[in-house]
Amino acid sequence: MIKTLLKSVREFKKVSILTPILVFFEVILECIIPFVIAEMVKMIEEKETVELVTVLKYGGVVVILAVLSLIFGAVAGLTAAKASCGFARNLRHDLYYAVQDFSFENIDRFSTSSLVTRLTTDVNNVQHAYMMIIRMAIRSPFMFIFAIAAAFITGGRLAWIFVVVIPILGFAVFKIATKAMPMFRRVFKKYDNLNSSVQENIKGMRVVKSFVREDYEKEKFGRASRDVCVDFTRVERLLALNNPVMQLCLNIVMVFILSIGSRTVVSTGGSALNVAHLSALLTYGFMILSSLMMLSMVFVMITMSIESARRITEVLNEKSTIVSKNGALTEVKDGSIEFTDVSFKYSKSASRYALSDIDLKIESGQTIGIIGGTGSSKSTLVQLISRLYDVTEGSVKVGGVDVRDYDVESLRNNVAVVLQKNVLFSGTIKENLRWGKKDATDEEMRHACHLACADEFIDRFPDGYDTYIEQGGANVSGGQKQRLCIARALLKKPKILILDDSTSAVDTKTDAFIRKSMREYIPETTKLIIAQRISSVQDADKIIVLDGGKIIAMGNHDYLIATNEVYRETYLSQNNKGGED
Amino acid sequence: MAPSRKPRPRAKRGTFKRLMKELFSFFPRLLPITIGCIILSAAIGAIPALFMRQVYEIIGVAVEEGLGWSDVRSDVIRLVVTLGCLYLASLISSFTYNQLMVTITQNTLKKFRDKMFDRMQDLPIKYFDTHNHGDVMSYYTNDIDTLRQLVSQSIPQLLMTIITVSVLVCVMLSLSVWLSIVVFVGVALMLFVTGKIGGGSARHFVRQQIAIGKTEGYVEEMMNGQKVIKVFCHEEESKENFDKVNDELYHEAVQANRYANVLGPILGNIGNILYIIVAIVGSALLISGASNLSLGGSENAIFTVALVVPFLNMTKQFTGNVSQVSHQINSVVMGLAGASRIFELLDEEPEKDEGYVTLVNVRDIDGTLVECREHTGKWAWKHPHKSDGTITYVPLMGDVRMTNVDFEYEEGKPVLKDITLYAEPGQKVAFVGATGAGKTTITNLINRFYDIADGKIRYDGININKIKKSELRKSLGIVLQETNLFTGTVMDNIRYGKLDATDEECIAASKLSGADDFVTRLPDGYNTMLTGNGANLSQGQRQLIAIARAAVADPPVMILDEATSSIDTRTEQIVQRGMDALMHGRTVFVIAHRLSTVQNSDVIMVLDHGVIIERGSHDDLIEQKGQYYSLYTGAFELE
Repeated sequence: MIKTLLKSVREFKKVSILTPILVFFEVILECIIPFVIAEMVKMIEEKETVELVTVLKYGGVVVILAVLSLIFGAVAGLTAAKASCGFARNLRHDLYYAVQDFSFENIDRFSTSSLVTRLTTDVNNVQHAYMMIIRMAIRSPFMFIFAIAAAFITGGRLAWIFVVVIPILGFAVFKIATKAMPMFRRVFKKYDNLNSSVQENIKGMRVVKSFVREDYEKEKFGRASRDVCVDFTRVERLLALNNPVMQLCLNIVMVFILSIGSRTVVSTGGSALNVAHLSALLTYGFMILSSLMMLSMVFVMITMSIESARRITEVLNEKSTIVSKNGALTEVKDGSIEFTDVSFKYSKSASRYALSDIDLKIESGQTIGIIGGTGSSKSTLVQLISRLYDVTEGSVKVGGVDVRDYDVESLRNNVAVVLQKNVLFSGTIKENLRWGKKDATDEEMRHACHLACADEFIDRFPDGYDTYIEQGGANVSGGQKQRLCIARALLKKPKILILDDSTSAVDTKTDAFIRKSMREYIPETTKLIIAQRISSVQDADKIIVLDGGKIIAMGNHDYLIATNEVYRETYLSQNNKGGED
Repeated sequence: MAPSRKPRPRAKRGTFKRLMKELFSFFPRLLPITIGCIILSAAIGAIPALFMRQVYEIIGVAVEEGLGWSDVRSDVIRLVVTLGCLYLASLISSFTYNQLMVTITQNTLKKFRDKMFDRMQDLPIKYFDTHNHGDVMSYYTNDIDTLRQLVSQSIPQLLMTIITVSVLVCVMLSLSVWLSIVVFVGVALMLFVTGKIGGGSARHFVRQQIAIGKTEGYVEEMMNGQKVIKVFCHEEESKENFDKVNDELYHEAVQANRYANVLGPILGNIGNILYIIVAIVGSALLISGASNLSLGGSENAIFTVALVVPFLNMTKQFTGNVSQVSHQINSVVMGLAGASRIFELLDEEPEKDEGYVTLVNVRDIDGTLVECREHTGKWAWKHPHKSDGTITYVPLMGDVRMTNVDFEYEEGKPVLKDITLYAEPGQKVAFVGATGAGKTTITNLINRFYDIADGKIRYDGININKIKKSELRKSLGIVLQETNLFTGTVMDNIRYGKLDATDEECIAASKLSGADDFVTRLPDGYNTMLTGNGANLSQGQRQLIAIARAAVADPPVMILDEATSSIDTRTEQIVQRGMDALMHGRTVFVIAHRLSTVQNSDVIMVLDHGVIIERGSHDDLIEQKGQYYSLYTGAFELE
């Protein structure tokens, strides 16, 4: 896991290594400064012999040391910022690029929201942990060691008090940390649930209000929020013991050093130990104990970010299931399609096949309708054509060649799919249309929109083709969105065009017009139309009736009306002529 | 539709005051106690330096005069014991306030969360239609988070520092005025640096926050459209654009963190240098034998080592405190901005309701309706008349009439114009028309999600503005196109329509709506857990559950807004009988673009740009050969 993550450090390797080195020097200086100061104060104490020059000399040394420490510290701060932010940038970059290379199968495995969290919150957590590691994880142990050494040099036997106190504090702090961690994990999960229930509530506000369930929701939320509060309080209280424990240890050290120290000073007549030493010793005590605290904090931080790190590596290690072969074909001859003994399931472990025993031959330029109830795998069938998924068994050929032998990009440029769950992106209509063809001229766009019946409403927008589309196409109606999506696909000038229930929100008249213009203007393109409405497919050359992942009938409208029960039922349900027959 | 809100860089004025006021009202007793403990702990924390000074003084004298340990032991022990007692007191108060602070922080967050949620439930639908849901969500996540930081750390830290520093100032002045001045000048410099760097840091943190929001927005949009990206082979462009926002975020993040990281060492070392300067000045005064000016009394007429050494310690403590509190600047700025936004939500105007007509159970006694408490299955509108103080009871029938109704969401953009329609009890009224024609808007007006601009809507002859909104909505069952199910079992979701419904009632409603068939085939039947808006169900199945949910409420009026749009026509045909049974005896408004769904309605209204252009039964409209006819035949155009 760590190896995978560290690959993303790249150009920030130098600063990442530099930071701990700088911190190392900073720590050394920080430990030397009190040492020198103690010497100076000692000089001051021996009032008769001291001269201002000597004091200034010491002072000068300390100032130089302080300035050096400042420089080291500040530069380390800069490099740490650069290293951690850069690492985070690279991680986001790598994650995003990895997702771009995902196949549909990979995308299905991660939900959209979980991918977003991985790219944002999780990377943030890792960034913080990384900064902690390169700054604190070095700083604290070194500080700890140096301060102990300095304490022994200055205080001699007195420093043994630390040997007594450190294990006590260490034990308490780590006990608290290890006990708190699993509690934290649990409460964070609860907290997530609380927030997702708020989200659910916001989305379902119309339902809440129309059933007059405001008070019920308040009560429900109140309960969950109390629960979270109680749990958080419990674990935070545990952590809040840290401060007093630290204070207690520090106080013990203080009292000990003051009483025993004074005795030593007085009984040795100040020769082995003096007031200045005592003072320095106390400073070291503070340094030792706070570095221990810091260490426990780093420990907590790192453990908390491990989950994030794991989730990130999960994405980074995910291998795309669909990649182009070496020397793959880039030329698609024509729009003919052939399915031979195709079976498909979404995952290897799935017990049920989504499609089975599909045999199908479609000639270039034909219009094919696909009809079937919810869950009959209509979408699955067409997604195999542009290799959004790979078949489990059998083969799919486009232009006479197995789709797996094509370069994926070339194949998809020739097979345009208007997905059922389609989206527009924030940007102008033009920008959205150019997804189909990067350098499309205004004339081309106008033409495509005309074919998709989108021009009539675009022209009514005050800004026309420069109208800004909000995220997800929130400011256009469902039918308008669908027509824009069709226009976008038409601009690709594909050899095969697949419309997956793409006109469901378009009225029947416009729907018919779109089909008519397609027939007239792109006759050589093979068109596959998935629809709920029989009217959308009844003029097709061939209609496929799917049920439970199998083709149960195939033929033209009249043939199916005459021979297929399901087709006829569907037709009648939509035209309500049941009584007349 | 709502543009994403930019993070507010600065809190509104008065936010801090209001926050403190709220805190005091939440914890009228606990908060003063906690503050007391903080003050006590901070004050005691500053005092030990004084004792140390005395100890050092005694030792110093002892060493100088060659006294033995036994001569000074009792004095030292006395001081140390006193010190120990002080430490103990400080420890107790510190322990207490640390524990209390946790309770206060967590309960404050809980109270704010509850308040926000309560307020949110009372906001009009308009609020949710005009605000980005992600932004509303961030009140609960980001803003609450910054508030936590502010309440749990920054404010106590600030208070602590103020107390410690004031005590230190007093003690220092009482020891030596000259040295104190040196320290004050140094601290002023530190504060200046903090202001410079810390200010920059806070500014960059806000900018970083904006950049994070931008990146998140981009990532979310792209991840949502990932499949479209694949289909159009748009990966390269998407990567390129991502790199742009990502680099921007990197740039801002480095700036923000750089400032924050540098501040620590700079302040720490200014502290060190200040320490040295104090030492030099101190020893210069010591050597020169200058007389000491102190506010504490005149007994220390000259400088002594015992004075300089503890003074140095206090200098350290002083600068340590200042540099610690300077680290809180970012959290204070961001926390106040967060609090300010939370207050913004709390200050939103809740949905108004001046209605006074309520729905009550009645019993029919000799032709007059008498109100009663128990469930009779009979409902009536209780209508008190203000003018003469009488009360009339109008039986709940489900008669809805609109007369000359006008409506606009935004000023100057009328959505409905002069709508007049009658729906008699038991009638099925359908709305047909293109998207944006105003079909859903009509239903939004009937249940008063929005209020009409002009005209009248009467329900059983009562102006709906007089009916309490909650009572009005209880009498209307609504099934929306966009189905929202809640986390819980299928049974819980159906019961949402009537909280005290028995399992049998729920199952009956489910059978009626045609959901029973697939629910029983789910692995855990009615106890199957639904999460993520029923992600494990198909859209059609979700709609069936939503219909069952409305059915269990058994309202006299139902509004079906594209309720069966995702159920394929064949299944629709199968559930049709159930739907017919469901609609029987109720006034039903149906919105559908699928004409087969609306054909058997009593009245069909064809809407175009907010105007009813045709009305009548299916046969009437076919005969009229107008828009409906062409829509209807449009389906057969190519036959």
